[in-house]
Amino acid sequence: MATAEHTTATSHPKHRRFGGIWSWVFTVDHKRIGILYLVTAIFFFLVGGLEALLVRSQLAFPGGTVVGPDTFNELFTMHATTMVFLSLMPMSVSFFNIVVPLQIGARDVAFPRLNAFSYWVYLFGALLLNSSYLFGGAPNAGWFGYANLTELPFNNATHGIDFWVLGLQVLGVSSMAGAFNFLVTIVNCRAPGMTFMRMPLFTWMTLVTSFLLVFAFPVLTVGLIELMFDRFFGTNFFNPAAGADPILWQHLFWLFGHPEVYILILPAMGIVSDVLPTFSRKPLFGYPVVAYSGVAIGFMAWGVWVHHMFTAGLGPVADAVFSLTTMLIAVPTGIKIFNWIGTIWGGTLNMKTPLYFALGFIAMFTIGGLSGVMLASPPADWLEADTYFVVAHLHYVLFGGTIYGLFAGIYYWFPKVTGRMLDETFGLIHFWLMTIGFNLTFAPMHVLGMDGMPRRIYTYPTGMGWDLWNLVATIGAFTIGASILVFVYNAMSSVRFGKRAGADPWDGRTLEWMIPSPPPDYNFVQIPYVHGREPLWLEKHPETGLGHGHPVPVPIAGGAPELGEYANGGPTADDLGIHLPDPSYYPFIAALGLALTFAGLLIGKAPPPSWMSVVGLLCLFYGVYGWIFEPVTGY
Amino acid sequence: MGFRIRPPKGLAFLLLIIAVLVLFLTGCASNDPQNALTPVGPVGQMEAGLFTTIFWIAVVVFIIVEALLLYTVFRFRRRPGNDGMPAQTHGNTALELTWTIIPVLILVGIAVPTLTTIASASNIPTGPNALKVGVVGHQWWWEFDYPSQGVVTADELHLPVGTKVALTIQSADVIHSFWVPKLGGKMQAIPNQVNQMWLQADEIGTFDGQCYQLCGTSHANMRFKVIVQSQADFDKWMADQKTVPAKPTAAEIAKGYQVFTTGPCVGCHTIEGTDAKAKIGPNLTHFGSRTTIAGAIMENNPQNLAKWLEDPPAVKPGSLMPNYHLTKDQVTALVAYLESLK
Repeated sequence: MATAEHTTATSHPKHRRFGGIWSWVFTVDHKRIGILYLVTAIFFFLVGGLEALLVRSQLAFPGGTVVGPDTFNELFTMHATTMVFLSLMPMSVSFFNIVVPLQIGARDVAFPRLNAFSYWVYLFGALLLNSSYLFGGAPNAGWFGYANLTELPFNNATHGIDFWVLGLQVLGVSSMAGAFNFLVTIVNCRAPGMTFMRMPLFTWMTLVTSFLLVFAFPVLTVGLIELMFDRFFGTNFFNPAAGADPILWQHLFWLFGHPEVYILILPAMGIVSDVLPTFSRKPLFGYPVVAYSGVAIGFMAWGVWVHHMFTAGLGPVADAVFSLTTMLIAVPTGIKIFNWIGTIWGGTLNMKTPLYFALGFIAMFTIGGLSGVMLASPPADWLEADTYFVVAHLHYVLFGGTIYGLFAGIYYWFPKVTGRMLDETFGLIHFWLMTIGFNLTFAPMHVLGMDGMPRRIYTYPTGMGWDLWNLVATIGAFTIGASILVFVYNAMSSVRFGKRAGADPWDGRTLEWMIPSPPPDYNFVQIPYVHGREPLWLEKHPETGLGHGHPVPVPIAGGAPELGEYANGGPTADDLGIHLPDPSYYPFIAALGLALTFAGLLIGKAPPPSWMSVVGLLCLFYGVYGWIFEPVTGY
Repeated sequence: MGFRIRPPKGLAFLLLIIAVLVLFLTGCASNDPQNALTPVGPVGQMEAGLFTTIFWIAVVVFIIVEALLLYTVFRFRRRPGNDGMPAQTHGNTALELTWTIIPVLILVGIAVPTLTTIASASNIPTGPNALKVGVVGHQWWWEFDYPSQGVVTADELHLPVGTKVALTIQSADVIHSFWVPKLGGKMQAIPNQVNQMWLQADEIGTFDGQCYQLCGTSHANMRFKVIVQSQADFDKWMADQKTVPAKPTAAEIAKGYQVFTTGPCVGCHTIEGTDAKAKIGPNLTHFGSRTTIAGAIMENNPQNLAKWLEDPPAVKPGSLMPNYHLTKDQVTALVAYLESLK
């Protein structure tokens, strides 16, 4: 049968092939797109980190003179915008790309060309946003961009806000396209037998995150479009002089912004939920509860946004209601933490770098969760809001949580992606240096906050009692910087000289460890049939399958012999008669067109659209047209 | 093998954590000028009290979770020679229900005092015994007005000790946030919105506050002082504020008056008894009686005032009062005049 198909294949036109750099530019392979996402996200992680170091240098001593006030406002605005939109989210998306299709036993995502489109839109959007540095000045009103500080009467010295408004809309397109893609992929492309309640937790959290993205980004886009109309076409959505109520922006932004926090943390929670069982050699403790609490967090994310606005004077009823809903979120979060501890309890802990980062996540995220409860109580929040206490809290959640989780993922899946192990010694140096630096930076900020130091001030006088802890925080920040350099060195050397990984270096439990590292472009020779929650573990240890009610060895089609078999290049997709989508340049063209269209709006800033927008639109239409009618070669 | 040395190790670690936390809270509650945990009035006290309650609950949860985590890791880490297969436990309903219900109960314990404190904090005092004060945020200075007395001032808010103060908080331009950490509160000043809160200072003294919401270039330089006085001193200050300064006669001061009333100053400022009635910049009627200038970032003395007048944006970046390139003589005269406005 396979042979027959194979013969048919050769009679069709040859697959389009691109070599060298073009094989990356025109790729639609989810693993390659994942690598592009990862490398770009790490690059912007370094950019955002550099911005943070400049901020910390300025604040190291009272009356700092490293940068001026306007540059300082640009730096913290771009630090947050870069970390949220250009680094952490895309890093999560890189794992969606690399891992989800492998975990659910698929050959690719549902819409491979849309996937490439998402990446290129992300890259061009990121470049558009950052090019503001070259054209007068970067955005300067904070990542939350509260109106009416973003309105022309108060912000017309540079085009920074224009870049921000357009850049975030472009990035929103990328996120929406990616989210729809992963929703369809997870719902439709699971291997036979993989029910929802058999999906690995990372895939579960990808599903929840994608739903959040789909519902959250349009809210932000509404606000951005209104702001764009105010700035470009003279409307008055946020202009108090014309009677507008600028608090509208706060509602729109945080109705997006709070789900966004869960968009950032849930993938990391998914990674931790996959890493802990592997390195404990035990299944996840209370799988259904962990999955459902992730879903619960996803729902509750929509009912808490006002806790960002407790000082906006919305009144005691609003404050009380949103305080209670916010506290409620601590329940599913706590459940996750206890179930993770339940997972490692009684296990045989294989103390490797990914486990260190996953444990670091639990230890540090707990602190962020507890300070979150302290912020959920409005009267306490009135003391903490807009002070360094909040800076400490959010970094314990997004650094101590998300970044620890993402590093756990990098150390965990690096062998799968590259076929080589990251060095353990450097990994542990990275972990300990980062953990020390992280706590040195952010723990003192709790003290600074309760000592009344406001956020976003470029200078402070001496005699406020803030000198010591600011200096400590700056020393900590540079320690984090050093740890990241260790990581970058480790990654760059290991990718070439690291120990060979083999298919299953960690004694894994899920499908991605069943196939060679790096996986062939078609992933699975034959789509596996899934009989349990941890199909690979069941195959390796059928005697442990009692809990699932599957005491018999599980026949994974093409199973065991495949482990590591093709490590040195096995048969190609053509050899095996597997249909894979062709590389395509249309997504790239469409994405470029989209970015040019938006960038063109910055030229002249008034209708009719500039030449660049016209070129961009033509480019976009050509890309979409070609995309629709692109012939399918092969099968 | 490691069992015998583990308990002391764990104990030492626990003691270390507790020591750090004690240090942390003592570091938090200090006499620094903007410390929020050593309040001198009832509003700040109930907020700081609630904060401290939740803090200690959080500390207990923190110690339990982290100790459990560390204990689990130390106890179950793989040791040489142990490649055994752990029991493949999938969960435990009773345990999972326990660690769902206990957090719910803890949160109820936090929610109840939270709700009562919200209620007390939003109970804005009315009636003749409460002092009404209007607060208006401007880029980058604070305006304070006493509507019942018809007095307007800037940068320094005078309050009588032990009196309930009902504040209305507004903004003239972008969103600011008003907070005096030692007195409690924090409220955004939002254009087209009148926010309300109340404060009371139970100690005589000067307390620092500043803007807590990013409001542009000089957000960091938008400071103010609250000067809490005995009722008698406050009444005297208020009486002084109500007097209209006489037209100056002394040579240098009269020259300053001339510069002020014929120069660009009148375009933005008010001085009662003169033709200067604009409300864009701070009211300067009793400028000489203030202890600080330029958004309370400098002491009010002739040298600092001269420095300010010579080049305002150099002192406060982005200052909306531009550099008028006044001559040395004009500056000296203006300083003499403004400082005479006691």
